[in-house]
Amino acid sequence: MSFLEYAPAPESRSVLHLRDEYGLFIDGEFRPGSGESFATISPADESHIATVAAASDADVDAAVAAARRAYDRTWSRMSGRDRGKYLFRIARLVQERARELAVAESLDNGKPIKESRDVDVPLVAAWFFYYAGWADKLDHAGYGANPRALGVAGQVIPWNFPLLMLAWKVAPALAAGNTVVIKPAETTPLSALVFAEILQQADLPPGVVNIVTGAGATGAAIVRHPDVDKVAFTGSTGVGREIAKAVAGTPKKLTLELGGKAANIVFEDAPIDQAIEGIVNGIFFNQGHVCCAGSRLLVQESIHDDVVDRLKTRLSTLRLGDPLDKNTDIGAINSAEQLQRIRELSRIGEDEGAERWSADCAIPDKGFWFPPTIFTNVQASHRIARDEIFGPVLSVLTFRTPAEAIEKANNTPYGLSAGIWSDKGSRILAVADRLRAGVIWANTFNRFDPSSPFGGYKESGYGREGGRHGLLAYLKGAAA
Amino acid sequence: MSKRLSVPKTYKLFVGGAFLRSESGRTYEVVSRKGEFLANAALASRKDARDAVKAAAGAVKGWSGATAYNRGQVLYRVAEVLEGRRAQFIDEISRQTGASATAAAAEVDEAIDRWVWYAGWCDKFAQVSGGANPVAGPYFDISVPEPTGVVAVVAPQDTALLGIVSAIAPALVAGNTVVVIASQPHPLSAISLAEVLATSDLPAGVVNVLTGSPAELAPWLASHPDVHALDLVGAGDLDWIDLQIAAAETLTRVLPPEQGPDAAAPSLQRITAFTEIKTVWHTKSLV
Amino acid sequence: MSRTDLQTLPERAMELLGGVPDDTTLRRYLHGLPGVDAVGLEQRAAGLGTRSIKTASKAWALDKIIELIDLTTLEGADTPGKVRSLVAKALNPDASDPTCPRVAAVCVYGDMVPYAVEALGAAHGDPDDKLVSVAAVATAFPSGRASLDVKLADTADAVANGADEIDMVIDRGAFLSGRYGVVFDQIARVKQACRRADGSYASLKVILETGELNTYDNVKRASWLAILAGGDFIKTSTGKVSPAATLPVTLLMLEVVRDWHRTTGERIGVKPAGGIRASKDAIKYLVAVAETVGEEWLQPHLFRFGASSLLNDVLLQRQKLTTGHYTGADYVTID
Repeated sequence: MSFLEYAPAPESRSVLHLRDEYGLFIDGEFRPGSGESFATISPADESHIATVAAASDADVDAAVAAARRAYDRTWSRMSGRDRGKYLFRIARLVQERARELAVAESLDNGKPIKESRDVDVPLVAAWFFYYAGWADKLDHAGYGANPRALGVAGQVIPWNFPLLMLAWKVAPALAAGNTVVIKPAETTPLSALVFAEILQQADLPPGVVNIVTGAGATGAAIVRHPDVDKVAFTGSTGVGREIAKAVAGTPKKLTLELGGKAANIVFEDAPIDQAIEGIVNGIFFNQGHVCCAGSRLLVQESIHDDVVDRLKTRLSTLRLGDPLDKNTDIGAINSAEQLQRIRELSRIGEDEGAERWSADCAIPDKGFWFPPTIFTNVQASHRIARDEIFGPVLSVLTFRTPAEAIEKANNTPYGLSAGIWSDKGSRILAVADRLRAGVIWANTFNRFDPSSPFGGYKESGYGREGGRHGLLAYLKGAAA
Repeated sequence: MSKRLSVPKTYKLFVGGAFLRSESGRTYEVVSRKGEFLANAALASRKDARDAVKAAAGAVKGWSGATAYNRGQVLYRVAEVLEGRRAQFIDEISRQTGASATAAAAEVDEAIDRWVWYAGWCDKFAQVSGGANPVAGPYFDISVPEPTGVVAVVAPQDTALLGIVSAIAPALVAGNTVVVIASQPHPLSAISLAEVLATSDLPAGVVNVLTGSPAELAPWLASHPDVHALDLVGAGDLDWIDLQIAAAETLTRVLPPEQGPDAAAPSLQRITAFTEIKTVWHTKSLV
Repeated sequence: MSRTDLQTLPERAMELLGGVPDDTTLRRYLHGLPGVDAVGLEQRAAGLGTRSIKTASKAWALDKIIELIDLTTLEGADTPGKVRSLVAKALNPDASDPTCPRVAAVCVYGDMVPYAVEALGAAHGDPDDKLVSVAAVATAFPSGRASLDVKLADTADAVANGADEIDMVIDRGAFLSGRYGVVFDQIARVKQACRRADGSYASLKVILETGELNTYDNVKRASWLAILAGGDFIKTSTGKVSPAATLPVTLLMLEVVRDWHRTTGERIGVKPAGGIRASKDAIKYLVAVAETVGEEWLQPHLFRFGASSLLNDVLLQRQKLTTGHYTGADYVTID
């Protein structure tokens, strides 16, 4: 056996204490839903994990009512200091149950345990820690003295970072004094349901956070509910558009965090080996299921061949397989539907004339899998240079000058993120100035921190999550 | 049936993460409001003060070099441990100051909550105090608050716990290290607080607690060149103007005394008072 | 094993450099190499360190580590007795387990080489053949502060005493003050001094002393310089300066060796030395090698650990794997 094959190093599932069936978490307890229950499966082998309730319109009504009651009677009357204490408790409990949460996340989402353990869950704890500290300091947030909460926030989150997206939504909302009704994605409800147990352990007053599982209809019911003051959505630009239309004319405040087609710009003076790592991390981290993924490599023409060569070599040590194996780098695609979309767009890429190359990975028989793939000879007019694929597929384009790189990078309706690789500080800062993107990484990629605002320009949405700016979305009087 | 014989605690100085007697060997009697003997506290000497400054100076790099998140985590941990020792602190305060159990409990609770408030500032005060500057030229220009270094503190003398907590927590937020002279009449809670700090992941030397006479010790700290800031919040009854003059010799930043129940009230200003703003310019050019 | 034809080295260097290897030409070449982002490099190293090496892979790794160790004693107080003790340990690392592999080499000061050779006896030879070779430090180790003549004499003595491998130090003062030509020249001359009467060469490891070079850009440049000038191995440290070997620095050097192979087809060895005491750390280095240059490099003629206390930690881990429980210091021998 080759050393590089590495013997299996499975993370144990014994740390989990899952139920066979989960109800909706409303008003501090689990109760049955009146919609049609559905199964959540492991995308790695399509095995059944648990049965999950679906919230009907009536259930959503009950959840919003619970949130409203909790807001009126408890949460809006509580001092910031005490709200902060609850958030600190939640942060600590997430740290204590970190392993359990990481395993649940990898099992349900398909992402490697290495990522959920080292990135997702620590960031979840950090997000709650950070916003816990704001709860009693809102006067200092820069939005005037004594800023008020909006009321009840309806939040719909995606399947790519299930628990982290929940933290991004719940932590600032609660810190600012709002109560919450949140819907996890249909294919990834598990970590949110374990999180509900943490809320019980923290003794959070009932109704402050309500977790209602379900599919698109449940999300629509939340968004349209007349007693929701604030809507926050992370997901596809298509759905984001629909939500924006739905809240038009209502007093509801809205923030959206949508798709992207980020350019990762590599100049000829880039620190090459670290740039390769950054490209790989940019598009293959989390199987490319990242809104801010560096899905377009814009490489200076003079170093194109060398970079592509090194990339391919680097991809040969990426390991695709069981998400619960500690050595897995590339996990499963989250659903059959998503896999189909990735395959379809890849086929289009080939038809358009780009050259396709995939890493040589052993693909398991069951489950949803796609090997890391690179398309070279991609042109700006190709669909695979414009459409968000949301999978481990990199499109490689070239440029000659910094001005051309900027032009190509900006030539997209999206504007979420970008990467710049160069050894020259003045160039990095000047290029950053001109990129129409909400998050710009220089000589790094996919870095997140609760103190650092994240969000998009243009069709990537509006509003910021993280940092002082992240409070804006949840306070009255602050322009959202 | 005989009453159980107690095992009285020894109260030493807390310097460099260790509990030490004064190098002078001196102690003084700590008595209750009614004059009953409570304990012998160490009477710190100028050499103890010098050693404390050395320990604090040595700890600056590590503490200021930690991430803000990490500092916040450590300070929150201090609050957790303090909470766990609530009953002990209530009892100790009552014995020293004669406060009722209710009043003592209120003081301890406020001290813990105030500490939590400061812990939560670590990873966010820079966002309020610093920022990008829109200079008129092709430059990236940013201002960030940095810790000033070693902060010497004369803690409020009238309270056993709330005063010292209110005085040292803000200095720690930004990454400073501290040498604090505790309340002379009520020093015991300060040393118990040091026990909490010693068991809360706070690196050795970040906080150093001296018990004894502020009148004797403060002048040495004021004139020490490795002390970068001097908080005289509890020095109202001393010749504090002389201290300020001594501190001026090395341009030490000085905060004047405060009196009354509002002394050392929690504020963002208490944090930023112990920071230096650093502004960095970087050229920007495409060509 | 040393590079085949010494005659071609200066020619190859001049071809790659586009000129004679003087300060100016070398500076142009070395400073034209792509830079290193330290944050990214350290993150990649940390990522490699998260590989979980279990069961069969772990057993293989532990044995491999032993086979790659240059068991070292470099003390002023070294005596023939100490060297004999080291050699005995090198040949039989685990007194309770004769199946334990031998180390690759023993590493001693030049004047101790004869005692090492004598003690090894019939076991003296190429580690690729499961024998143990003798490596000697030379060139005014560890500081390198002496005239070139002294350094060459130091080298020649060690080779004449029977050393198979020479671990030289570069002139860090010359490097840090930009006198790359001097550094190059010294390495080339030392390589010549490794020549034996029969025309064969002792293998030359070039110690960069990365702890003194301070920046990763310097380490990268010094690595390329050492290889251009004729080194067979690039080695991180003398072990007398802290920091010695680190995973990021070693990763960087492996990347240089990978790129050299890409450019010339030639394989150069890497030796991290100093500061690697725990098995689990040594395993991370194996992972870094395998995932950067390939498993092929995990052989004595291409990778070594410069270590002393590491061996016993590996033996303890090895014992745990076979017996199923932890053992202790009393169950491994002193070297």
